[in-house]
Amino acid sequence: MFPKFSLRSMFYGAGGGNDIQWCFSQVKGAIDDDVAEADIISTVEFNHSGELLATGDKGGRVVIFQQEQENKIQSHSRGEYNVYSTFQSHEPEFDYLKSLEIEEKINKIRWLPQKNAAQFLLSTNDKTIKLWKISERDKRPEGYNLKEEDGRYRDPTTVTTLRVPVFRPMDLMVEASPRRIFANAHTYHINSISINSDYETYLSADDLRINLWHLEITDRSFNIVDIKPANMEELTEVITAAEFHPNSCNTFVYSSSKGTIRLCDMRASALCDRHSKLFEEPEDPSNRSFFSEIISSISDVKFSHSGRYMMTRDYLSVKIWDLNMENRPVETYQVHEYLRSKLCSLYENDCIFDKFECCWNGSDSVVMTGSYNNFFRMFDRNTKRDITLEASRENNKPRTVLKPRKVCASGKRKKDEISVDSLDFNKKILHTAWHPKENIIAVATTNNLYIFQDKVN
Amino acid sequence: MSQKQEEENPAEETGEEKQDTQEKGILPERAEEAKLKAKYPSLGQKPGGSDFLMKRLQKGQKYFDSGDYNMAKAKMKNKQLPSAGPDKNLVTGDHIPTPQDLPQRKSSLVTSKLAG
Repeated sequence: MFPKFSLRSMFYGAGGGNDIQWCFSQVKGAIDDDVAEADIISTVEFNHSGELLATGDKGGRVVIFQQEQENKIQSHSRGEYNVYSTFQSHEPEFDYLKSLEIEEKINKIRWLPQKNAAQFLLSTNDKTIKLWKISERDKRPEGYNLKEEDGRYRDPTTVTTLRVPVFRPMDLMVEASPRRIFANAHTYHINSISINSDYETYLSADDLRINLWHLEITDRSFNIVDIKPANMEELTEVITAAEFHPNSCNTFVYSSSKGTIRLCDMRASALCDRHSKLFEEPEDPSNRSFFSEIISSISDVKFSHSGRYMMTRDYLSVKIWDLNMENRPVETYQVHEYLRSKLCSLYENDCIFDKFECCWNGSDSVVMTGSYNNFFRMFDRNTKRDITLEASRENNKPRTVLKPRKVCASGKRKKDEISVDSLDFNKKILHTAWHPKENIIAVATTNNLYIFQDKVN
Repeated sequence: MSQKQEEENPAEETGEEKQDTQEKGILPERAEEAKLKAKYPSLGQKPGGSDFLMKRLQKGQKYFDSGDYNMAKAKMKNKQLPSAGPDKNLVTGDHIPTPQDLPQRKSSLVTSKLAG
């Protein structure tokens, strides 16, 4: 008789970390196929405790979900995520001076660590970053002397006694208010924001510049990277992502459209145009093609929680870099190598420019990223196994274990496999997030948010 | 440097292409590149070059200039301004955008369906 461990791995194929069995938990959003542009999800982010999950969309709206407190008796699964707060973060604007429309699409959301009862997050569109305070109100004062309960003022002649208003419980109200607006610091489009480990400053990066802000100060920011050439005709690369190191408050990295990552130390100089480290994998010149540079463009860079590694996502792969080694990544995982023979059509339909994100699990042992056809991929760094799963309403029953999916690159297609030509390139998973402590993941399809968790019991 | 190499090889390309499709497992990218060049012969040699990046930096630009618009209106008193054509979202080139051509800026007052 096979021991249970290997039987499970036979059935569920490659596991994601200790043979996790991923189950459907929830899906949020409209069912209909006709997707309004405003509903396209553009960012997903758990807060530091994992209790809150924020999404941003193309319509400039933020929706925050809160995890229910676990029911200790019925612990089939961890708490569900329900809507906690929703607000309009950014509105469309028009820059009249430049004849430029400024999209309200939320490019990134980053949570601040919690310091008091309220929650704070930064949300940004192409031009403006906003600090939002989300606070709860569950009491209100009642029994005013001069006002009726509905707010109307009482006739002063009818006031004959003095009473002290008291706080009485009320239905929970969650209020979001913009506390700071960081505007007018970016000529180009903001692609990243990252909060420093000092919890006082943060960086914002656009295509050519990176600025350093203090969370309390909105009327100025320091420029720390500027790669704009004196002559724009000499422009060869742009900044695609940037992030602060999780532990060293002086260190940050930024990635480029040419597939390089630069690590900068703010102690070295005020303007970090000269990198401290340059991470680049050498390319075999005989393999170079028209597409080489485009597919090497890094769409996301994320430090590991430990701070020892960083992960980059380019069009076809995920690479893990050891900060101590600049000349090549320590691990490379192919996300959808079968697309290499489809690059011509992917260039024609612009899919080759899709910007996929990637994320680490809490222990840095597994990494995840999205693909097409609403598939997403996980790579276990220890076992070297990988798995492909699908975010689809067909696997709708809670606690149903997701079946691994397989794409057939060429030749005979086995049963249950899907051929490359049948993939739906309009169904792309660009944004995924992993709970900082548990095996709960949030996966965004075009307009739906899926939550999966590992099977408990 | 690389540009010169490309120019020297156009005749060889068809031969290479045939070889590439046979060796698709080894050089699938080259086969794809050949396909693309066959479809769009005028495609530039440097895909990551400044033209491509400039386009990326200018995302969102709508070239409505009230000065140009009024000058054009004044010049063509009796004639009609050329309209944008079927695709109203694409306003480029010689056409002078009119206020009607610019897509309506919408404001999302509707709650997100994720919260529904």
